[in-house]
Amino acid sequence: MNGFPILSIMLAVPMAAAIACLYAGADNARRIALGATLIDFALGIVLWLNFDAAMGAPQWQFVEYSQIFGRFAWALGIDGIALMLIMLSVFLMPICILASWTSIDKRVGEYMAAFLLMEALMIGVFAAQDLFLFYIFFEAGLIPMYLIIGIWGGVDRIYASYKFFLYTLFGSVLMLIAMLWMAREANTTFIPTLMNYDFDPQVQILLFLAFFASFAVKMPMWPVHTWLPDAHVQAPTAGSVILAGVLLKMGGYGFIRFSLPMFPEASAELVWLILALSMIAVVYTSLVALVQNDMKKLIAYSSVAHMAIVTVGLFAFNRQGIEGAMMIMLSHGLVSGALFLCVGVIYDRLHTREIDRYGGLAINMPKYAILFLFFTMASIGLPGTSGFVGEFLSLMGIYEVSSWAALVCTTGIILGAGYMLYLYRRICYGDLTKDDVRAMPDMSGREMWLLAPIAAVVLWMGVYPESFLSPMRNDVGALVARLERAKPLGDAQLAAGKPVAKAEAHKTEAHGSAH
Amino acid sequence: MNAILFIVFLPLVAAIIAGFGNRVLGNTVAKSLTTGALFVSCLLSWPIFLSFMGGTGHAEVVPVLDFIKSGNLDVSWALRVDTLTAVMLVVITTVSALVHLYSWGYMDEDPDQPRFFAYLCLFTFAMLMLVTADNLVQMFFGWEGVGLASYLLIGFWFKKPSANAAAIKAFVVNRVGDLGFMMGIFGTFLVFGTISIPEILAAAPGMAGSTIGFLGYRFDTMTVLCLLLFVGAMGKSAQLGLHTWLPDAMEGPTPVSALIHAATMVTAGVFMVCRLSPMFEMSPTALGFVTFIGAATCFFAATVGTTQTDIKRVIAYSTCSQLGYMFFAAGVGAYGAAMFHLFTHAFFKALLFLGAGSVIHAMHHEQDMRFYGGLRKEIPLTFWAMLAGTLAITGVGIINVFGFAGFYSKDGILEAAFAAGGGGKVAFYIGIFAALLTSFYSWRLMFLTFWGKPRWAASEHIQHALHDAHGHDDHAHDDHAHDDHHHAPATGTGGYHPHESPLTMLIPLGVLSMGAIFAGFLFHHSFIDAEHGAAFWNGSIAFNTHLMHAMHEVPLWVKLAPGIVMLTGLFIAWRAYIVNTDIPEKFVAQFGVLYDFLLNKWYFDQLYNLIFVKPAFAIGRFFWKRGDQGTIDRFGPNGLAALVVKGGQYSARLQSGYLASYAFVMLIGLAAAATWAMTR
Repeated sequence: MNGFPILSIMLAVPMAAAIACLYAGADNARRIALGATLIDFALGIVLWLNFDAAMGAPQWQFVEYSQIFGRFAWALGIDGIALMLIMLSVFLMPICILASWTSIDKRVGEYMAAFLLMEALMIGVFAAQDLFLFYIFFEAGLIPMYLIIGIWGGVDRIYASYKFFLYTLFGSVLMLIAMLWMAREANTTFIPTLMNYDFDPQVQILLFLAFFASFAVKMPMWPVHTWLPDAHVQAPTAGSVILAGVLLKMGGYGFIRFSLPMFPEASAELVWLILALSMIAVVYTSLVALVQNDMKKLIAYSSVAHMAIVTVGLFAFNRQGIEGAMMIMLSHGLVSGALFLCVGVIYDRLHTREIDRYGGLAINMPKYAILFLFFTMASIGLPGTSGFVGEFLSLMGIYEVSSWAALVCTTGIILGAGYMLYLYRRICYGDLTKDDVRAMPDMSGREMWLLAPIAAVVLWMGVYPESFLSPMRNDVGALVARLERAKPLGDAQLAAGKPVAKAEAHKTEAHGSAH
Repeated sequence: MNAILFIVFLPLVAAIIAGFGNRVLGNTVAKSLTTGALFVSCLLSWPIFLSFMGGTGHAEVVPVLDFIKSGNLDVSWALRVDTLTAVMLVVITTVSALVHLYSWGYMDEDPDQPRFFAYLCLFTFAMLMLVTADNLVQMFFGWEGVGLASYLLIGFWFKKPSANAAAIKAFVVNRVGDLGFMMGIFGTFLVFGTISIPEILAAAPGMAGSTIGFLGYRFDTMTVLCLLLFVGAMGKSAQLGLHTWLPDAMEGPTPVSALIHAATMVTAGVFMVCRLSPMFEMSPTALGFVTFIGAATCFFAATVGTTQTDIKRVIAYSTCSQLGYMFFAAGVGAYGAAMFHLFTHAFFKALLFLGAGSVIHAMHHEQDMRFYGGLRKEIPLTFWAMLAGTLAITGVGIINVFGFAGFYSKDGILEAAFAAGGGGKVAFYIGIFAALLTSFYSWRLMFLTFWGKPRWAASEHIQHALHDAHGHDDHAHDDHAHDDHHHAPATGTGGYHPHESPLTMLIPLGVLSMGAIFAGFLFHHSFIDAEHGAAFWNGSIAFNTHLMHAMHEVPLWVKLAPGIVMLTGLFIAWRAYIVNTDIPEKFVAQFGVLYDFLLNKWYFDQLYNLIFVKPAFAIGRFFWKRGDQGTIDRFGPNGLAALVVKGGQYSARLQSGYLASYAFVMLIGLAAAATWAMTR
């Protein structure tokens, strides 16, 4: 891979295809988009295969650097964390294009162009090594999303996209100011350098809060989460998939890439804030999810609860927590994406998101029922699916810091089971009583091809997560090492008692009479 | 010895093939495949068990695959075989194989059989993963896997709203327990730095007396860990407080009740406590709590069992009660006795459930015992099987001669509790009283079902069978129903002829009857004898030789007490349901409040509904309407929008709603700012 600018090519392919789509007819636009996203997926696999995850391998690989003007540089390069998120993006993209194959019939060329542009920008976010390059990708990535919601969205699309805009704008402004200050202070915009730059702990707090304003909205964390349900509800299916699958991961990525390594002291100082907001989010949004009548809203609220477990994992300051948080991000990207596709499958047939309009689908759509059940189980973190690994590690990590946070966040597994199974019951179980529901055909071959690959990866990640953990191991290690100095003391504080005589192990004797 | 790989993974493979092959393969192939896989697993399991019986078996761990590695957390998929596992292996595979066979007959009319058999096989796989776990995470995998299978099987008849509700309830209540289990695993990892069971057990004594902070207070380390883990056990084993799902789980098909909700899954909690017994031994407080919960459940469930009229619910409460016995045995340190009762109980309780299934099958899906009666002569083989089960559960036997299964295992528990003294003595008295109730409700069930005059005609199900001569579902009964005329009187047979179940159902009943009769007699030396026991268990549980010695030397009255209360219970049931059938009514009239209290299961469901379920929905609605919409949106984006609109025409024009213009403005702003920063 020496010198071969694979990252730039991964950006260029969808960019070029986007332009081509604008000038192609509907059918050609679909084919171009699918082709381009598949090429990017193939390039992603090449990237993964060539990524060196061995101990002592360089942290930043596939590095590209060329000066443009002033301080501004085309600086790309990835570590294992970015690699995994890029893989998530390029994996979901062809699925999104296929999901829109028939359901989008107006302005197809523009639609495909918007998606391709978004793919390029998403890859850019994860690959950027320059502060301002990152910022441009980060913010511009939202533009295609505004368009997708605003043009191809549902009835209330304008309100939803406005809300989306207002929230994100507020955060972005503060983040930009912080970035400007940092670039002056450290006299560099190179992210790997900044990640090891020690800012004054006093200033760190302000910088942290500025970044936090942006990342918390993207995450989204309670109480700046209300744009998400509306955006999801109004977005077309594929838009929801990308929103939940990749865009929500940018907040978490931001925390890993900026907040934690650049402001370790501030992170430790404000850990109470993150934990409190996350604990509220888990309980609050899970309960709200329980009473939803709109399928997409329910899944959107469940996303907020899952993302709260990501934030507690990240701010556990230990390996289990951070690796767990990354695993949840990957898993949630797949699982909630798949759940939105599942919603899309039946939405395309009945054109309503109202849960009570369905019922008994297990009878006439058995294939659908199996896949939906599988993703439901993955969403509630059943061991053997991807959902479990991340949730488990993340909560295990936070337990070391605060048993209260662990306890409150672990209630998410109860509430999550409650709202997801309640949803599944109302959609798939019960008798077929409605004529229009009875007339719904089972999934087509195309729809199977959308969901089956995701199911396979979810299972893979659940049974053998090592494939996904190993590329990130060194980078998480570096982060943990950087955080070591600020690490908060846990509340466990194990204190040894009097040592017990060794001979008295656990076999027999002695203890019986004690009772 | 790679047999273990086959034992565990054959059911998985069969489940996958049967589940996905469903329509393509057809009923017979799917059923043969799954049942065959289980019989192979069963045949491979017994030699392992017998090798441990004979003292030639040795504990080993077969690695399969890496699982999760994160820092010093290192989890692998691996299969552990030792005495404790071997006991569970034979219980699981034997009952499962028999239940598969039984289901050929029982589920014969069901249109969805491959799915049913696939679920059963999946369950067996998950249960086997649970008992072969070498670390807590794999145990948790099995733990949740059986929960999934239980959910799917309780809700197997998913058209029934009650079955769906029961399935969700089972899963969610179990998750409450799992919260404890997960927290326990986290704590264990924090304390020991590992989740490997042998390593934890080896390090546990070193932690005696240490303290740990938890939720802002400081506690004894081992007490915190054991109690957290025990909450998991309480959920899975339906112990008092987290028991509410088990009776409702009877919505599932009866073979499921026999396999999952009697013989195997619900005993997982007992297995866990025994597996981690060296850990529990380090915390007298935790053991005291285990004893307390076990005894309380034992008493509670037995009282409720006396008033239920649904045959399956009586047996379900009986199961709950028997699990209580196992727990207080573990709580007093008699893990061998707990495991022994788990072992015998699996056979006789599966027998009782399958027998009940056979009765239900004969009675055209009628489950209410008030509509049974006089079935002894109609379905004699089922009757004899149920009788063997009843003799086993009530613990009939003569000291030093012969007894049915429960005679050895339940009496063993009671004696051990007495010998342990302290809290164990209290548990002993509660256990004796529960044994009285056990005998009463078991014989009540027998008398109502098999003795007396037929009361079938009043049953809607029977009416349905009689009138539905060319009905929509093609029941075998209809042939009989045809011959008789259709005007049934309110009582009596109504012209209905119950028929004995097919051979596929009777064979499992026969085999399990053998288990119910001989399991105690054959195996009690190995399981609970002081000398043989230590050699048999071989360190796989904390076997307390002292206690086992003391148990065999309790006063004579202690040994006789279970027999006496058993006869008393039989006598009361006989008086009330054979000799003078007015007694129950008079009792209800006299003690209406008590009766209602028991009939309504101590009002647990109502209470939980009131304090958990309803508030959850109400609070959710409140957060949504008042929180998200009424506060955050109102003062956030909407408020801002209103402000801007009022701000003037200029700003109003900005609020044009065209996204592209927002995006454009933003991009320009960005570009300008960035340019300034970089070129300044």
